[in-house]
Amino acid sequence: METIQNFQILWYALIFVLLLGYSLLDGFDLGIGSLLPFLGRDKEERDTLIHSIGPVWDGNEVWLITGGGALFAAFPQAYATAFSGFYVAMMLVLFALIFRAVSMEFRAHDAVRAGLWEKALVAGSAVATVLFGVALGNVIYGVPLDPRMEYTGDFLTLLRPVPLLFGLTGLAAVLLQGAAWAVMKTEGALQQRAFKAVRILLGVNGAVAILYFIVMAASFPGLTDRPLFYAGVLLTLLGLVGLFFSVRRQNDGAPFWESSCSFIGLWLVAGAAQFPNLIKASNDPRLSLTIFNSSTGLHTLKVMSVIALIGMPIVIGYTVFVYRIFKGKTRPSGSY
Amino acid sequence: MSALLLARIQFALTVGFHFLFPAMTLGVTLVILISETGYLIKKEERYRRITDFLARLLGLIFVIGAATGLTMEFSFGTNWSNYSRAVGDIFGPLLAAEGVIAFFLESVFVGVLIFARDRVSPKVYWLSALLVFIGGHLSAFWIIVANSWMQTPAGYAVDAAGKIALTSFADAVFNPSTHVRFIHTVLAAWMTGAVMVAGIAGYYVRKGLHGQTARTMLKIGIVLFALTPVLQLGAGHMHAIEVINMQPEKAAALEGHFVTSRGVPLYAVGWVDTASETTYGISVPKLLSFLYNFDFNSEIKGLRDFPKAHWPPVNLVFQAYHVMVGIGMLAIALGLLGAFLLVTGRLYQTRWYLFVLPFLIPLPHLAHETGWMTAEIGRQPWIIYGLMKTADAASVVVSAGNVLFSLVMFSLIYLLLFVMFVMLCVKLVKQGPAS
Repeated sequence: METIQNFQILWYALIFVLLLGYSLLDGFDLGIGSLLPFLGRDKEERDTLIHSIGPVWDGNEVWLITGGGALFAAFPQAYATAFSGFYVAMMLVLFALIFRAVSMEFRAHDAVRAGLWEKALVAGSAVATVLFGVALGNVIYGVPLDPRMEYTGDFLTLLRPVPLLFGLTGLAAVLLQGAAWAVMKTEGALQQRAFKAVRILLGVNGAVAILYFIVMAASFPGLTDRPLFYAGVLLTLLGLVGLFFSVRRQNDGAPFWESSCSFIGLWLVAGAAQFPNLIKASNDPRLSLTIFNSSTGLHTLKVMSVIALIGMPIVIGYTVFVYRIFKGKTRPSGSY
Repeated sequence: MSALLLARIQFALTVGFHFLFPAMTLGVTLVILISETGYLIKKEERYRRITDFLARLLGLIFVIGAATGLTMEFSFGTNWSNYSRAVGDIFGPLLAAEGVIAFFLESVFVGVLIFARDRVSPKVYWLSALLVFIGGHLSAFWIIVANSWMQTPAGYAVDAAGKIALTSFADAVFNPSTHVRFIHTVLAAWMTGAVMVAGIAGYYVRKGLHGQTARTMLKIGIVLFALTPVLQLGAGHMHAIEVINMQPEKAAALEGHFVTSRGVPLYAVGWVDTASETTYGISVPKLLSFLYNFDFNSEIKGLRDFPKAHWPPVNLVFQAYHVMVGIGMLAIALGLLGAFLLVTGRLYQTRWYLFVLPFLIPLPHLAHETGWMTAEIGRQPWIIYGLMKTADAASVVVSAGNVLFSLVMFSLIYLLLFVMFVMLCVKLVKQGPAS
């Protein structure tokens, strides 16, 4: 029993890392997509912004695909409950991500309807971002479950204040990721506008994060006894304070890392509140799906651990290699 | 309509649509790898132009494949949650492995292939083409493994609570149908790419466009078009024997074969009347028995040996299978003819052949769609052959209304994607390889 628990904890940590990695990396793609009309004043500027994410966004999305696969492989009960229970929300996420993906490619080839595809990119990016946050908020805050592990609420159940706060917090963090990425990848007037966006979003993130920490501490008795909670709060505050000074110095490299740091802090607080639950039952804590009652067998977890612990370092290695290829400022004309 | 039926229609629609794109991806990345290898060795501009043109095409194909592939990963949880609960031990790891081992590789380097021609050395660019090719094929491997496990499950045990537990990962991965299905599917994908490239280049050559570049592209396309259907004949044959051995009721449905007997005929075309258990059509006597183990009198099991409740929809499977085989035969003839024209130096002048080529582009798609229908409908009523019924696999909490909503949305969105894809492909082809 001792052994399988170790693997269940390992897989909780690995899925946490995959989803965190997804939020940081596709976070800036979704942020750029959502901010496109605010940052890019003309077609050339919007070309530059889209080209800054063009070569990397599909690799970034694989973090989500792998995270979903890992959830299926390690905790199939949680995967089945959440995906079938949140059916309509999951479908909306899918439609949003489909439009986000194809709109960039269609925009490049279909000049006549470029404006329409830009709107699809903005809507797809923003809707997906908010829904991710709301979905995560629901599994952490709790949803009604029955003894067969099935979700008994409906679509409106998902839209309660605390999960909506998660949606808002996630959106703020993702927009900041996008603006900070734009600061790093652009120059001139566009970059100045991105700096301005970072300044505004810095204030928004500060306010939203503090509200999020207070609501979390109030909603989860015992959370304030967990060191991870304070580590998360500290990391977020450090990131935002660092960001404040970087923006004042017009430093264009640091904001992305400071924004990421702040985002990681939000995740740590969420993880501290959730562990060892995967989907909390709001009606009866004994019905919660935890890492201990929802996992696959020991043999599967062991095989998966070998694959992940060998595979992921290699993935990270070549991802860094490819990011270095696209290092530096993005120019409006890509290889299209 | 019931939620189950709607969920099945939705899965068929979304996976059938998705399948078009990875098939093209595998085929086109093969041609890219060939032309880029040519560029690396010979340093001739025409190869570089072929790669650059196909990389633009790949951008379009890949993005729709990735976007619609995400739907598939979600769908096991959203629509088939009972299935997911039962098979998490085995099916989940295969999808996760696909992500870690394969799709990351493909997706990260496809960015280099499409965007970084001027940013990396020819060697790094060639390496990226190779890694996209490998990543794509590894992706296909893991997905095929997952499908094959549903056809011929292995490496598992069912515990007292009825849960399916993994006992051997190697046995699950290399289950009895993985090898043949992988080879069969990859060859179909290569043929899809070959015909696509040959079709486009054939159009250019007939119109006198893009000179040497178009002729080289046509040559690569025709060589692959000649090779892949012939190889497929062998691979398909091996696959058919595997089905006769492992899924005899599916094999019987392929040929509308009801009574276990020796000297079984092979139908070229036909019609199965399941009610009267009769198959009408044009057939070659004893050929099926012969193909099974090269003995005209070998015994083939008929459907009557199995409970009627375990029969797939026989005529549908029969028709899908025969359309696939028919296209395969046509492809062998046309591919070999192309190779003959190429070898005798008449390819670029045979206008009727060049005229026909672009119209062949949809045919491999039709073949792998019907081939996939054969495999999947032929497995019914099972979702996991012999282990779990499709009727028991759907999500409990998802209502028919919910599935109807998503089905309508998928239909509209995928129709839009399809129209845009065809339109933008035609536009890209008209722009042609940059000169």
